[in-house]
Amino acid sequence: MNGGRSIILNRIREALRNNPAPRPHTSHSQTEAAAGHNGHAQREWLPQVGTTLPEQIDLFAKISEGLRTECHRVPTIEAAREVLAKLSAESGWKKIGSHSHHDTDSLLQGIGLPVVRTEKGYAIDDLESCDAGVTGCEVLVAQTGGIMVSVETAGGRALSVLPPHHVVIARTSQMVPDLTAAFEHVKRKYGKQFPSFLSFITGPSRTGDIERILVLGAHGPKRLTVLLID
Amino acid sequence: MATQASDFQTLSRRYTADKPFRAFIQKALGGYYTKRDENKANFRDWQGARDLAAETKYEAVNHLDKYLLEFEQKITARGAKVFWAPNAEAARDYILKIAKENGVRSIIKSKTMTSEEIHLNDALEKQGFGVFESDLGEYIVQLRKEAPFHLVFPAMHLTRGQISDLFQKELGSEATDEPERLTMIARDVMRRKYCEADMGISGTNFAVAETGMISITENEGNARLTTSLPRIHVALLGIEKVLPRLEDLSLFLPMLATAGAGQTMTCYNTMYAGPRQPGEPDGPEQMHIVLLDNRRTELLADAEQRDALGCIRCGACLNVCPIFKNVGGYSYGTTYGGPIGSVITPHLRGLKDWKHLSAASSLCGACTEACPVKIDLHHHLLQNRRNGAKAAPNPLEKITFGGFSMMMGRPALYRLAAGLGRIFQPLQGLVNGTILDPLRAWTGSRKFPKLASTSFHEQWRKERGGRK
Amino acid sequence: MRISLFVPCFVDQLYPNVAWSVVRVFEGLGHEVVFPENQSCCGQPPFNSGYWDEARSAARVTMKAFRDAEVVVGPSGSCVTMIKVFYPDLFKGEPDELEARELAAKTHEFSSFLVNVLGVTDVGAKFDGKVTFHDGCHGLRELGVKSEPRALLANVKGLELVEMDQAETCCGFGGTFAVKYAPISTAMDEVKCASILQTGAGTVVSNDSSCLMQIRGMLEKEGSAIRSLHLAEILASK
Repeated sequence: MNGGRSIILNRIREALRNNPAPRPHTSHSQTEAAAGHNGHAQREWLPQVGTTLPEQIDLFAKISEGLRTECHRVPTIEAAREVLAKLSAESGWKKIGSHSHHDTDSLLQGIGLPVVRTEKGYAIDDLESCDAGVTGCEVLVAQTGGIMVSVETAGGRALSVLPPHHVVIARTSQMVPDLTAAFEHVKRKYGKQFPSFLSFITGPSRTGDIERILVLGAHGPKRLTVLLID
Repeated sequence: MATQASDFQTLSRRYTADKPFRAFIQKALGGYYTKRDENKANFRDWQGARDLAAETKYEAVNHLDKYLLEFEQKITARGAKVFWAPNAEAARDYILKIAKENGVRSIIKSKTMTSEEIHLNDALEKQGFGVFESDLGEYIVQLRKEAPFHLVFPAMHLTRGQISDLFQKELGSEATDEPERLTMIARDVMRRKYCEADMGISGTNFAVAETGMISITENEGNARLTTSLPRIHVALLGIEKVLPRLEDLSLFLPMLATAGAGQTMTCYNTMYAGPRQPGEPDGPEQMHIVLLDNRRTELLADAEQRDALGCIRCGACLNVCPIFKNVGGYSYGTTYGGPIGSVITPHLRGLKDWKHLSAASSLCGACTEACPVKIDLHHHLLQNRRNGAKAAPNPLEKITFGGFSMMMGRPALYRLAAGLGRIFQPLQGLVNGTILDPLRAWTGSRKFPKLASTSFHEQWRKERGGRK
Repeated sequence: MRISLFVPCFVDQLYPNVAWSVVRVFEGLGHEVVFPENQSCCGQPPFNSGYWDEARSAARVTMKAFRDAEVVVGPSGSCVTMIKVFYPDLFKGEPDELEARELAAKTHEFSSFLVNVLGVTDVGAKFDGKVTFHDGCHGLRELGVKSEPRALLANVKGLELVEMDQAETCCGFGGTFAVKYAPISTAMDEVKCASILQTGAGTVVSNDSSCLMQIRGMLEKEGSAIRSLHLAEILASK
């Protein structure tokens, strides 16, 4: 069945045999060695991030704000509950989706709304008609002002993208400086048993496809709220 | 008889004559420069990042078999199926087979230029499958029955008025001149499709060998929806998309966003490591990876131009190309336009028929300067010209340059010819701009300079005397 | 220094004044200028169209003419690029490959030579008026020439330099491209001329006469009063 496999592999090997290509013209001699890799070469060129947590939190807040993410710093889970209640009242939520994970259970105590829970499976139309999706996250990334989610921390693949408002409950202890650190975290946590889905979410959904004019909420959530507990 | 080369001439003439259209395209691209430069400035060292990206792609492409095998092993261990398609037909047939075997009726797609390359939609529709493009720009051009105008911005050539008219006609929606309203109309249509589709077909920006993952970069969220709700996920990718390590994404994701769209990161960058795993609440039951060759191995075999396989399809070269900006995406007549398209199309579709794209360039080098992975684009255009002249020389050119080289090979002959030119120039003046004017390609829009009454050679000899 | 002058064929035939301006500038600085007469063309036209055998015939004449030169300077980014960047490619594997590389190493573009080799940014020139500078693509991207012309123009008395929006955008000449793909070449020329007009400058300056031919050709056809001059002509004016 997969005869194509040996055809392609043979073509590749033939193409590369005794047929070296010139190396790229690089201006930095370090990169040749770095390309051998310890995974940290990237850090030399990517945008700078402060080394202390307060610096990283500030950077995260600043960048995410520029991306129209609504970032609320709160001292406790109780305070987060109040913010959520306010959002619910303002937006007129009738039904929300969520999953059982660390702080989401605590956050949703007393929310007074029907909750579609996804962790044991769900009906698509049920989730599609939710006004908001409330999830946790793996880490927050200071460098990009975004978060990383996974199956476990966001209740599957669809909960964080189908409802029109995505709310994330996170703690500042989950902050990592940059993308490299986010990948290190994922490798440490999941070893070789990676989940089938990991995603960096950097702001609410958007498009510039019509006359290059920015519109939020193209298909994914129009609003992204991060409740960040100190 | 129309050839690709003559089609290009016809189309480029039409588009360059359309001044409002050119202005519109250039305005659309104008904002890109500002945002891109702002984000490049965020990098500690953009040139250093390019060097590292070029080195990483060099490593990947020059060990392609090793990394593809590692990728296959890791992702199949989690239940994904990997199909190696030597050509477009094999890829189409496989996808059709999966759709038929699984009783698929409705298919939703996220953006994939590779599917354009293999004319997948046509093949699916002919077999009775409903195919819906979910990316807003792709959806718009699908409704208009057009090809994408640009690698990354498929509908950038359309005004909001045209899009409003289109939606009115095809969807029965109300006329509106607000981009936000138009986007919401498309969003509402798509939401139903995501929920109902049996199969989602996506592209792939990067395939990670080390961890057996594919990575998809987007802003809208339609790729995430395409790959979350339907029960089957088919991911299409060219074999060259593989990267060695997961960490490589920490460089490539921001570089793709910066070079492609002037953003630090796009909204969603998602890594898929297989179909739904045991214990996971949602996700496709089946995941099929279709690895496409379709003559990429021929480009691989051309060591001089192999670096073109490092392309991350960011579109930066299109955005900076003065040719693209003036002729637009449809003049090229290929899936991949702009500088990268001009470089690779002769390899993917044949040198004889497509070498003209490499000739339609002033070789300004803006593309090479912009390329995040340092592909030597404009030099490859020169190499294609050389290869084309060897394989299929234009008889008139061969004679002309033969004569030219004979003349320039003998300095005395060159000076004689120049003297003769002076005698004939007044004759050209008589027919200047008319159908008889041999220089009319120039004189139609520009004045042609007069030969100086005496050349520098002659003047030097007169004033400074003697031979040197 | 003994400077061997490389005069591109179209400068020779169409703009000899540019070559004389180069001579005046170097002699004004106290250097000796020699002009090997048996030069014809660097070979760029056939090379660019892919006819490399034919290009080599012309190139060999150039190599012979400058065999004994100490240093070679030319007032054209594109022709100097041909020698400096492309001769090594053109002669790869040929018996005279080494000679091609040697010539490449000792050839320089005019403004780059003044600033980077002679270390001069003030040649004592005087030119009244508002000037904008067009960066010829070969000089800019193949040779890295960007700051040198501006450093030189900054020291010209009476000259006010304004940058145009599209200084680095190709003018559309591109050699045979200008006639083979005339509509596209014209469109690019239009963009360039519009950018020049926007600056309000009375003169456009470049370090490549082929670009100037393209730009001047359109400006004159449109009846514009804007002058176009080579950098050497500005630097030679007193």
